[in-house]
Amino acid sequence: MSTTTPSVDGLAVDATDVIESARPAEPHRARGVLHDTWVIARRGLVHMKRQPEQLSDATIQPIMFVVMFAYVFGGAIAVPGGDGGSSPQRYREFLMGGIMAQTLVFTAFGVALSIANDRKNQAVDRFRSLPIANGAVLGGHAVANVIKALLPIVLMSIAGYVVGWRIRGDLLDTAGAYLLMIAFAFAMIWIGVLLGSLVATPEGVTGIAFTVLFPLTFVASTFVPISSMPSALRSVASWNPVTTLSDALRELFGNPNTPTAPGDPWSIAHPVAYTWIWIVGIVAVCAPLAVRAYQRSIDR
Amino acid sequence: MSTTYAVEAEGLVKHYGDKVALDGVDLAVPTGTVTSILGPNGAGKTTTVRILTTLADATAGRATVAGYDVATQAIEVRRRIGLAAQDATVDPLLTGFENLVMIGELHQLARSDAKVRATELLEQFGLTDAAKRVAGGYSGGMRRRLDLAATLVARPEVLFLDEPTTGLDPRARSELWAVLEGLVGGGATILLTTQYLEEADRLADDILVVDHGRVIARGDARSLKRQVGGDNIGVTVTDPSSLDAVAALLERVTGHDATIDRSDRTVVAATSEGVGGLAEAARALAEAGHEVEDLALRQPTLDEVFLTLTGAPVETDDELEESHR
Repeated sequence: MSTTTPSVDGLAVDATDVIESARPAEPHRARGVLHDTWVIARRGLVHMKRQPEQLSDATIQPIMFVVMFAYVFGGAIAVPGGDGGSSPQRYREFLMGGIMAQTLVFTAFGVALSIANDRKNQAVDRFRSLPIANGAVLGGHAVANVIKALLPIVLMSIAGYVVGWRIRGDLLDTAGAYLLMIAFAFAMIWIGVLLGSLVATPEGVTGIAFTVLFPLTFVASTFVPISSMPSALRSVASWNPVTTLSDALRELFGNPNTPTAPGDPWSIAHPVAYTWIWIVGIVAVCAPLAVRAYQRSIDR
Repeated sequence: MSTTYAVEAEGLVKHYGDKVALDGVDLAVPTGTVTSILGPNGAGKTTTVRILTTLADATAGRATVAGYDVATQAIEVRRRIGLAAQDATVDPLLTGFENLVMIGELHQLARSDAKVRATELLEQFGLTDAAKRVAGGYSGGMRRRLDLAATLVARPEVLFLDEPTTGLDPRARSELWAVLEGLVGGGATILLTTQYLEEADRLADDILVVDHGRVIARGDARSLKRQVGGDNIGVTVTDPSSLDAVAALLERVTGHDATIDRSDRTVVAATSEGVGGLAEAARALAEAGHEVEDLALRQPTLDEVFLTLTGAPVETDDELEESHR
């Protein structure tokens, strides 16, 4: 048996360095949480940049959706109400609120995927062996994913403007619309954390996302006015928060909306308030559950 | 002079459901020494490391690392340890450089300091050329080196290496051993787990042999090998007809029974003398005029150690190791 030490160029490790040098200073607690959250958020953003499919989901796809729906469906789907009747222009303005809502719902999918991937790649163990402030890992995922959700919203706003969408509401309403979107994305994060913690693999997450999120975003006023749906489906769609988020955005932007009638459910008559109730409800219920499920998924 | 211990554990017990992963493990690693936990899959090696690095709670027992209790002072422990888990846990989508900078920042180094430290470590581990490539594209050996570099970012007091060379090809393994020997020579305190007696022998001062969640033997490599009858001398001869004569000669030189493998034209006998025994055998073979094709000293395998210590061959329990991933 050979007993010679293999010589590898550049592998001379100065080990005295390992134990003798001073260790980093004690961190300040408050700075700790924010700092660690941002370090982990930045990693999430680099992940997006390095994964072509995620990058296209956040950039090319939203623009493509706006252009495709505007021009492919624009002439075929009638948006009732208004004095001009239905026209491609009316549909394009109607479309924007829905397509933004759909993108926001899928934030949950992105979060769940990054949580499941972390577990698969054992990043969780790496983080847990480091002196990271409590909550910074989840906080980092949350911050990164809110940013990931807002990038497509900005791109869609620009693409929408190009195809003829206009903000017709006042400044306050417009601010309200964007605030509502940020809040909704924030709520979706907790659903994503819950999903990512409960489902074992990234593949499982993808499966659930497509069987749950797709129907959720299509049985809604996302792309078509719900008045065209059969009555059973219409009742579901009326209470679906994706419908009311779409409608709330249309209302705040001053765009053509699902026309309301005196007999409509409360959710349709008050989409902004109803959507905010959902946001508060999701955060109140899902955030504690999600944190607990996440803890359980990493404590083994 | 009294010995100080960087790692001390008493009566560690860990249950996963009704499976017993650890069944009362005691260990003590003196500061500045290397201790190896040797055992097959499912023996409790990873579980022990997970408890000591605060990743899992013990069902019973207590442990301190760098003087802090792993259960109640986890954050203090985490500040002072480096962990290289069994599957290198580097971030596959970040570059080597970004991986180390992130770890540095999470150890509360300023970003600029973390960058300096990352550059230093990449250089030390021969990864400078790969610094700007994403770690997902690294070879197994490079990933392990990056993982090891990551554990050193914050200059830890105690290093935990969980099967650092499992799954590496022989070349990458020797390269990593060279790196680890550098750390060991520098006086680092290390607890490493392995399935290879050779690795434990080469790197560790003390070896704990574990099986089914219990420590079944402890000591340095020499005393363990003495327990199992030492190294083996293997002689491959050119002429098959000399096999019996060579076997008799080996038995005389080593004082142990020799076994003959006629298909390989090889005779194997244990020796308690190590390299000295090999030299003696070589001299005797030359004097007797036997034509020898190959003559080698090899260490007993984990299987042979287990066979001697437990009277049973290695029984792996992959299911248990897998069940808590």
